[in-house]
Amino acid sequence: MSRRNIEENVFKGLMVVSTLIILSTLVLILATVTVKGLPALNLAMITQTPKGGYYLGKEGGVLNAIVGSLYLAGGATLLAISISLVVVLYLNVYAKKDSHLAAFTRFSFDVLWGIPSIVYGAFGFTIMIFFGLRTSLLAGIIAVSLLILPIMSRAMDEVIRMVPEELFDASYALGATRLETAFKVIARQALPGILTAVLVAFGRGIGDAASVIFTAGFTDSIPYSLFRPAATLPLAIFFQLGTPIPEVQDRAYASALILTVIILIISVVSRILTKKFTKHIVK
Amino acid sequence: MEFKTHISVQNLDVFYGKERALKDITVDIPDKKITVIIGPSGCGKTTLLKSFNRLVDSMDEVKVSGKVFLDGENIFDPKVEITHIRKKMGLLSQKPFPLPMSIYDNVAYGPRIHGIKEKKELERIVEHYLKQASLWDEVKDRLYAPASRLSLGQQQRLCLARGLAVEPEIILGDEPTSALDPKSSQRIEQRFLELKREYTIVIVTHILRQAMRLADYVVFLYLGELIEHGPAEDILVDPKEEMTKEYIKGIIS
Repeated sequence: MSRRNIEENVFKGLMVVSTLIILSTLVLILATVTVKGLPALNLAMITQTPKGGYYLGKEGGVLNAIVGSLYLAGGATLLAISISLVVVLYLNVYAKKDSHLAAFTRFSFDVLWGIPSIVYGAFGFTIMIFFGLRTSLLAGIIAVSLLILPIMSRAMDEVIRMVPEELFDASYALGATRLETAFKVIARQALPGILTAVLVAFGRGIGDAASVIFTAGFTDSIPYSLFRPAATLPLAIFFQLGTPIPEVQDRAYASALILTVIILIISVVSRILTKKFTKHIVK
Repeated sequence: MEFKTHISVQNLDVFYGKERALKDITVDIPDKKITVIIGPSGCGKTTLLKSFNRLVDSMDEVKVSGKVFLDGENIFDPKVEITHIRKKMGLLSQKPFPLPMSIYDNVAYGPRIHGIKEKKELERIVEHYLKQASLWDEVKDRLYAPASRLSLGQQQRLCLARGLAVEPEIILGDEPTSALDPKSSQRIEQRFLELKREYTIVIVTHILRQAMRLADYVVFLYLGELIEHGPAEDILVDPKEEMTKEYIKGIIS
């Protein structure tokens, strides 16, 4: 066998192994969560809030955390979209390509992306103290939106950068302003990618524990106000795993399963929506 | 032949960074005629065309000096509203770029941004201009289908309809048939010959035969310089400048 053939085969082998590592990680996580969580999962888990003594193995469920997580990730995503979209459209439609501000903004996103979520939690907590806020759904939403903002913006930026120059020109040539071009043409062309960015960010937000521990707090009731604490699934998992009681630990896995299923549903829905919106895309 | 001037270019210079893309261009573009800009690649044809609707503005590090008068108004005057200038000109690019929306919305896009809201009126406009671009019969049953599903030739005619729908005075074409098959190119050329009764048309092309078929007036550029311009029968048949002669004979390209 020639040297080039060996190279080719070694590299093929590497690719297969790497792919297998990724796939088996996914399968193993899903399997662990399902095998350990499924037996403990019952209707009460998703329809009831924790009753007295729930963490000692008595009756109840994690509806408080399911609803809390959906509110929190949903609110944070909305907040992050409204900021990201504006920033990203500014970077791509208004700022010049060689603009220092644009380059610095993109660099900032990369730095912010790398900051651990506990730091966002601590930062959120500092701000709360400054404004005299208590742990609340609102504070949690703000902390999580800060966490997912760079992820969302960077992902949106990448897709909008792919929009061909000629499409901008086509719109400008018809007498459209930059604003009209940005929202009616560019955002539309990039819609599938924007949607993916939003859902990736949502997934990251709903799964994060560290940013909400100080900011959203935890409660056994379903949140009914922005200014009250809210429970979240990652923290519910953490607390249940932390008890010495085996049944409660199993419920932690059941909660993890619920969280995984939520994220799975969102991924599937996003795939379907992305397909639906791709039909107008100009190549 | 008598020409009435529509666009008057005076001492136009365009720089990309340090590179001088257009050198002191002065030329009058005649009204309701087809003007064809010819010259070898990289000679500044497209830059000249894109100066007319100020699309050169959106390029990076571009510097423009000189004047371009349109209806007596210098379009590079800082007081001029750029959208107003662009509304007066429809643009066909090398490769058709439909907007990411339906066929109907593509044509209605221009009129909508310029303030037409009424549905009946928009429907009338869409039908009228799709007919003018001779696309109506092919798309009338699927007006709400994505424009991206049309063939390239159809897309270019859609872009023509889209441009006409803002009621411009001028049609600019940047090698508008270069991505099309011969049949589609022929249809576009046919449209131009009919449209010149109502519109001033300026086309950039590197196809000499196309210039011969279409041109009333010819502008020959070489490396950013205006070498020669005049009525088509003079320039294409009996050019004065050595450089033009060589280009037309195919020695330089």
